[in-house]
Amino acid sequence: MTKLNLTRRKFIVGGALVGGGLAVGYGFLRDGDPANAALTATTMEGEVALNAWVKVDKDGLVTVAIPRSEMGQGVYTALAMLVAEEMDANFSELVVEQAPVADVYANIAVMKDALPFSDKHHEGEDTIGAWGMAKLGQFLGVQVTGGSSSVRDAWLPMRQAGATAKAMLVAAAARTWDVPPAEISVTNGVLSHGGSGMSGGFGDFAILAASETVSLDPVLKKSSEFTLIGTPQPRLDIPSKVDGTAEFGVDIELDGMVHAAVKLSPVLGGTLASHDASAVKDMPGVLKVVPFESGVAVIADSFWRAKTAVEALPATFNDGPAKEFSSGGILTLLEENLESEDSRIYAETGDARAAIDEAQSAVKAVYKVPFLAHACMEPMNCTAMVTDTGVEIWMPNQVPTLIKWFAEKIADVPAENVIVHTPLLGGGFGRRLEIDLVIMAVAIAKEMKNRPVKLLWTRENDIQHDIFRPAAVSRLEGTLGSDGRISAWANRIVSQSVSGSYTARLLPWATMDVPDNTTSEGAADIPYEFTSRLVDHVPVKLPIEVGFWRSVGHSYNAFFTESFMDEMAYAARADPVDFRLAHLENHPDFANVLKQLAKVSNWSTPLDQGRARGVALHESFSSIVGQVVEITVNGDKEITVDKVYCVIDCGAVVNPDTVKAQMESGIVFGLTAALYGEIEIEDGVVLNSNFPDYEMIRLANCPEIEVHLAPSGRLLGGVGEPGTPPIAAALANAIFAGTGERLRELPISRAGFIA
Amino acid sequence: MLRLDINSELHEVDVEEDTPLLWVLRDTIGLKGTKFGCGVAACGACTVHVDGEAVRSCSYPVSGAVGTKITTIEGISGEMLNPVQLAWIQEQVPQCGYCQSGMIMAVSAFLAENSNPSDEDIADSITNICRCGTYPRIKRAIKRAAALQGGVQE
Ligand code: FES
Ligand code: FES
Repeated sequence: MTKLNLTRRKFIVGGALVGGGLAVGYGFLRDGDPANAALTATTMEGEVALNAWVKVDKDGLVTVAIPRSEMGQGVYTALAMLVAEEMDANFSELVVEQAPVADVYANIAVMKDALPFSDKHHEGEDTIGAWGMAKLGQFLGVQVTGGSSSVRDAWLPMRQAGATAKAMLVAAAARTWDVPPAEISVTNGVLSHGGSGMSGGFGDFAILAASETVSLDPVLKKSSEFTLIGTPQPRLDIPSKVDGTAEFGVDIELDGMVHAAVKLSPVLGGTLASHDASAVKDMPGVLKVVPFESGVAVIADSFWRAKTAVEALPATFNDGPAKEFSSGGILTLLEENLESEDSRIYAETGDARAAIDEAQSAVKAVYKVPFLAHACMEPMNCTAMVTDTGVEIWMPNQVPTLIKWFAEKIADVPAENVIVHTPLLGGGFGRRLEIDLVIMAVAIAKEMKNRPVKLLWTRENDIQHDIFRPAAVSRLEGTLGSDGRISAWANRIVSQSVSGSYTARLLPWATMDVPDNTTSEGAADIPYEFTSRLVDHVPVKLPIEVGFWRSVGHSYNAFFTESFMDEMAYAARADPVDFRLAHLENHPDFANVLKQLAKVSNWSTPLDQGRARGVALHESFSSIVGQVVEITVNGDKEITVDKVYCVIDCGAVVNPDTVKAQMESGIVFGLTAALYGEIEIEDGVVLNSNFPDYEMIRLANCPEIEVHLAPSGRLLGGVGEPGTPPIAAALANAIFAGTGERLRELPISRAGFIA
Repeated sequence: MLRLDINSELHEVDVEEDTPLLWVLRDTIGLKGTKFGCGVAACGACTVHVDGEAVRSCSYPVSGAVGTKITTIEGISGEMLNPVQLAWIQEQVPQCGYCQSGMIMAVSAFLAENSNPSDEDIADSITNICRCGTYPRIKRAIKRAAALQGGVQE
């Protein structure tokens, strides 16, 4: 076994890790660049950018530049609230715009989380490793939306941006009125001076404010002083999403634009061998046939014509190495690797292995989950225009920095001539962290220079050529002590490494074989107290691309660990809630969520005949989520999911309604996977193709969902993903309670259940 | 040339007769509110009204729409929002929003037929997919829209 140098976890860096947000952001500026450099290109006549986040015009309109992608998680609204709170702006009149790509907007929080070691969990401590990763993040300046990190990352810088903007406006008013700045108060976008009775709007001082110099480390409000943060606010993007005006990537319309549709190698990773362009060149609207490495594109004057032609286009492919693999065989291979000698340890206390091997009776179970697709509602797309000197991209994406790098590389143009626009995303879920679409779109657009080419994938392209959530297998073993609590716990996980696969896509020349925290997240860091524990992971390499899928490793590890906690509770003849509480004596925050959950779900009240409930508790992205699922199940193994109760502790709450919406969304996402989700691969070809065979929950089978917020004093947690992990285990535990049958494989159809 | 009545405006389009109505609306006319989700009538993102009936325009040949009145999300969005859109805002339904044009078109056609629907009616009739899982809010918003339209007898 390769052992991590676990002693590294002990080095704790004191003090604030990344210091003031603005100061950090501005650390990226090149010498001589003004603080508002990022926004100079989009600042209009009569408007000034007070820093990289806030613009004010002479009518007082405040525009907040949002450096994260809006993919449904409500980030435009939440980040604007942070600015408006400190700026004392009128939130109902504020507008948002997508920030450009600039180093100043790097996401430090996500880089800290990307640390390949299992530290920083629960205590929120900052370690040398986290510090190093954050430094690396600053160096790389990667702008990314993912890892449920946006609010955590923006919490300081965007509030500071609001506070400094306000200070600049106050300074300008003080100079104009000739009064001390401290005597000026600001409410709802209006500055006033009590003594003289003078007052004015932000617009009256905007232009003057731009030349004021203020501290970049302003005093921020105490949470008790918040008037906006923590209150439910209507989302700023919703009006445009009910009248059809919201502009997604697929909606981009440009002068002279043409459309591309593709035919891709049926075997994953295969390459184009031959094609016959002459067969389609006379079809209506066809402009050009463009072969590329993994397939062939038809460019036409409309998408429908491009798609019709590319379907008619004869093409042959060289099979890739995935030809040798099928999903069933992969699960067997993963299971065989449970016996591997070559694993990485992610958590170790005492000698759990010996304790289990020596025990009279140990509980053992093996669990399995399949590959999954993201199936964002908006199919993958990227519009690119390549000229002799530059490239411009319009693409719904989660990581504009990388999109920019790869557009530059494929178009082979100078970095300063690359522009990336990020419109609204019709769902992301991790799929739009990938660079495959930009590489393909630029390669195609290079063959049709000076015209924007909109590459749109069909749903079939999307499902069959997704970058999947990896299949995974896990073995859990546990022993009970004489006190009825778990004494030893051993958990081995076998899967591909998502970070390894992703890194290989970004940097194909780099052979990285480093620990990957995502493989064991939600397994190595569970809060339960055991006498001894061992959590290790066996990485398996396969020629199938795997990627980040909402909640990543937590999506399966929560199913494994929380199902097994239930198995142990059963072995101990204990109530599942009481049993968990008995292992949480030193984790009052977890215990609190569980107790509240038991209360709101009436856990101790028996249900009618034919109905059952199950519970699961899981922390991810620094938020603790507990869920109870109530089902109806009959003798024919037909299941109805009736109701889900959810309690979340995500620390400070910015927009409570968004937190609830994200819990609902995460639950439906995880439940869809548990009930139906399975990508089947045969000889390297994905058999699923579209929604009819990659089924989704719909209104008719969506349970009632009741969400409760239980904010404790803990650090700020994410909300975009943490709703997803617990639901599959809670469902499996309910099925066990209702039928006595333990579900150890997903989706539920694997065990003959139907929903 | 095919003549189409879209949102009470006449358009002449030069496309193959079997082109799905969806692509004529989006790429030929430029009405982008109607979305492409699956292309096989399985998700409802492309729902529009043809003579008041909800149809999945990705699987509806444009030739079939000649001589009908076609209404898209843009057509129901005037100065004033209609009760369904209002209810959608009040219940804060959309997340990514991509499915919502189709949802709103499906629901408005449905409520025109059934002004006081039961939970079962709703579940049987609204089969659109929302990958963001906004269904719990959609259920509430449909009830609210029905109430706003004055269809609920209590
Ligand atoms: S796009 Fe028409 S039903 Fe899905
Ligand atoms: S709101 Fe995103 S798919 Fe429905």
